[in-house]
Amino acid sequence: MENFLSAKDLRFSYINESAEEPTETEVLHGVSLDIKKGEFVALLGHNGSGKSTLAKCFNAINTAQSGSVFSCGLDASKEENVLPIRQRVGMVFQNPDNQIVATIVEEDVAFALENMGVEPKEIRRRVDDALKTVDMYDYREHAPHKLSGGQKQRVAIAGLIAMRPECILLDEPTAMLDPKGRAEVMKTIKMLNKEMGVTIVLITHYMEEAAQADRVVVADSGNIIMDGTPKQIFSQVERLRSIGLDVPQVTELVYLLRKEGVDLDAETITEDECVEQLLNIFKKSN
Amino acid sequence: MPIIKTEGLTYVYGEGTPFCKTAVDNVDLEIEEGELVGIIGHTGSGKSTLIQHFNGLLKPTSGKVFIDGEQLWKDKSHLRDIRFKVGLVFQYPEYQLFEESVYKDIAFGPKNMGLSDSEIDKRVRESMRMVGLSEDIMEKSPFELSGGQKRRAAIAGVMAMDPKVLILDEPASGLDPKGRDAILAQIREYHQQKKNTVMMVSHSMEDIAKHTTKILVMNKAKVFCYDTPVNVFHRSKELEQMGLAVPQITRVFNRLKAAGVPIDDDVYTVEFGKKLIMRLLENR
Repeated sequence: MENFLSAKDLRFSYINESAEEPTETEVLHGVSLDIKKGEFVALLGHNGSGKSTLAKCFNAINTAQSGSVFSCGLDASKEENVLPIRQRVGMVFQNPDNQIVATIVEEDVAFALENMGVEPKEIRRRVDDALKTVDMYDYREHAPHKLSGGQKQRVAIAGLIAMRPECILLDEPTAMLDPKGRAEVMKTIKMLNKEMGVTIVLITHYMEEAAQADRVVVADSGNIIMDGTPKQIFSQVERLRSIGLDVPQVTELVYLLRKEGVDLDAETITEDECVEQLLNIFKKSN
Repeated sequence: MPIIKTEGLTYVYGEGTPFCKTAVDNVDLEIEEGELVGIIGHTGSGKSTLIQHFNGLLKPTSGKVFIDGEQLWKDKSHLRDIRFKVGLVFQYPEYQLFEESVYKDIAFGPKNMGLSDSEIDKRVRESMRMVGLSEDIMEKSPFELSGGQKRRAAIAGVMAMDPKVLILDEPASGLDPKGRDAILAQIREYHQQKKNTVMMVSHSMEDIAKHTTKILVMNKAKVFCYDTPVNVFHRSKELEQMGLAVPQITRVFNRLKAAGVPIDDDVYTVEFGKKLIMRLLENR
């Protein structure tokens, strides 16, 4: 499979120009990461680890100071590639209220298409399709500010889907949502990945969400320090803790029980796996 | 005497318009002094509307609110004093920082209370220590701080008023796991030191389970229950039906129970779950 997103020795610094002497803070210290087409990658790291900065490099919002970034085969450092990249690699942000521009749901979804000069008929078709995909079609004539957070995030996602992107980067899309809204958004993300083949990069602090990805990448102080399947990553409980991250509760339970000598699989990350193993143990000891 | 008491508290948004909605419906509640209360409920269940009544930001459509024995809104001139008694930290309080230095921002509340400069200084330092902010940043602009530090500074600003009741609306939302645990631990420590009443709204049952002495569950504008964590999680099936996410660990133990494993207790923390399983295995 081809690499859809690719960073090589990527360095990035934020420059504080408001100070008298502009200061530079390097946040990415030579990151290399390849993401293949169709992958569902969860990107973890504590606040300030550089994960959002990295995602914004893939979307050509940030430009690398050195090293290279290729998104959908295009060099993100070239000015002429910025718009094509943004049409193919969409981004969803944390706060649903900051990304909705129109006063009617369907107009908001149509916004980018209108800017791209898509035919009105085609716009109608794509907007309807996109809203149906995220299950917000019934709300197409509603005012966005009256929707719940989860609904707003799905409208924001619909706005991207209408552009038919090949990849969607989501920067903590569920951080401001309640459990119900979170579940709705996660369901939508998984459907886009599994049924429509959209490449997904999900930044999240919820370990249960990351456990649903195909691959977990962990960033810490501007470097990628872990990369593997959710099982491989979450079984390293102590290492994750040491960099301020968490593991799913079932993984923690298994970790504590293993320390007491109970024979369980360290790579337990789902509720089903945990329940099944514990039941087996109780059956055996009967 | 309860520190907070409501009688038939009802609040209706947009009364007399087609969008009229009852957000709090006939709520009778008594919160004893010294509790650390977790408030949960899905979006729209009325929890934010409820807490805004406790320091007089909203006036009940009907019903009464008593703070420390005194009825709110009975004498409007007392409202200011009551607002000093009940400190409210909104969601994402870091957006409300406005002063030119961290010190001045935290001092704003105490200053408005008319305290002496030395008392203000004492309170600012104490509350900075309480939320884990180093005195080195005191003269910095609050806008130069990291997200987590801003959040702490904003919380310190309300703590500095030394309210009898501290209410926080989702103090940990948007923070990473380490930042979340640190802030919640500091709130708990504040509660233990001050022995005052603390209430916090959270969507995370895991956090609520770990840190509180009482849980208030709101559902459809009413109080579903107000009880100890053990008793609340005993009703985890009903909580799930309400659309609340019970902790993963609780779901695991409910499934073990359903499969016939002899577990009597309700499990809502990983540590307790581990102990329970070890006990079961040793008894065989």
